[in-house]
Amino acid sequence: MDACDSIADLGQLKQSKVLLIACGALAKEILAIKEIGGWDHLELTCLPAQLHLYPEKIPAEVEKAVKLHRGRFERIFVVYADCGTGGLLQQKCDELGVEMVEGPHCYAFFDGLEEFERNSESELRAFYLTDFLVRQFDSFVWQPLGLDRHPELRDAYFGNYEKLVYLAQTEDKSLDNKARLCATRLSLDYARRFTGYGDLPKFLSRLAPHPARGSP
Amino acid sequence: MSEDDDDIILSELPDDELVLQMHDDLYDGLREEIEEGVNIFLERGWEPYKILTVALVEGMRIVGIDFRDGILFVPEVLLAANAMKGGMAILKPLLAETGAPRMGKMVIGTVKGDIHDIGKNLVSMMMEGAGFDVIDLGINNPVENYMEALESEQPDILGMSALLTTTMPYMKVVIDTLVAKGVRDDYVILVGGAPLNEEFSKSIGADAYCRDAAVAVETAKKLMERKHNVLAAG
Repeated sequence: MDACDSIADLGQLKQSKVLLIACGALAKEILAIKEIGGWDHLELTCLPAQLHLYPEKIPAEVEKAVKLHRGRFERIFVVYADCGTGGLLQQKCDELGVEMVEGPHCYAFFDGLEEFERNSESELRAFYLTDFLVRQFDSFVWQPLGLDRHPELRDAYFGNYEKLVYLAQTEDKSLDNKARLCATRLSLDYARRFTGYGDLPKFLSRLAPHPARGSP
Repeated sequence: MSEDDDDIILSELPDDELVLQMHDDLYDGLREEIEEGVNIFLERGWEPYKILTVALVEGMRIVGIDFRDGILFVPEVLLAANAMKGGMAILKPLLAETGAPRMGKMVIGTVKGDIHDIGKNLVSMMMEGAGFDVIDLGINNPVENYMEALESEQPDILGMSALLTTTMPYMKVVIDTLVAKGVRDDYVILVGGAPLNEEFSKSIGADAYCRDAAVAVETAKKLMERKHNVLAAG
């Protein structure tokens, strides 16, 4: 590749920058995928992961972010699945003319949508954690559910669950240990399934302006 | 002043203050105090139905309002509900004996593929508090469970709950089955659950979407009244 090709390439890249508006719980994984793929055309902005505690607020927050950034980007992609919005996020994205991730939530696309669907019956009583949720277990599960103050509420929340399934994005022994401890704290059996980034790279690869240089 | 001097002796409070104190205790999720308050009122000769409505249901109504307004959150509501359950457990057998007014009968359950029941349990409890007989089918109910219970119990209301975006469409399976059997209009159908909304409720042919337990009770009462009016007019 000579200098002229590089400049032309750069120009094309700038014109075709894609903004990812993502859940903060996915930031680390998206940045990792971006780096592996060498997808410099992707820029990332995140909404607070805490929004998951109030899914009804997600569509309005996504709308605000899309309107704030849309002038500067040729294309915007929303890296949220339905995430408990009951179809309202998809409706909002359609209205705004932006695309979003398929599927019900991040557990599903990390596991792979088809795999998750296949497991849905056998894992009916499973409570899922991802790398993010293992790292943030106290601030995203334990405290918001009030279990730090009222451990007696355990049965009200988890009485129908049997096991905690850690869907691991990375091979990390310390996260595995922590997830196992989370299961013990919730009095649930423990299982770990390595998923890697699941379907997420596939979704992001569709945003490539030209054939991707690598595949995560 | 020692801590003991601050303690409120429930049995020493006059009726009106005890009612207010029970509202506070419900708000704070104090089950033992609620049970004590209920027993005090029974000893004072209050009708079980009056204790239920004036002290417990009204207290939970306040909890419901503050939940809706974002002042209270799920853990606090669960603690309040647990306190109310304590009071209800004492009153329930007495309500039947004393012929408290009945509002109607409801069959309720979480749909197939879904094991979440916090909201459903709150609705069941609040509906019972409002004078409805509630048959709770529990979680993960296929359409056959609903059909069987509707046939054997002949309720006025069918309630369905779902917490997952993936399971909420199953409500339509149940309603479509009722339509196919020609019995859809025999029941008022209420649906609820975090990912649901008004539009979804209409699209599947339910009668109403209830965003929380308090709305479920109000909606049920309103629709039962309408049903009775229609029957009276007919």
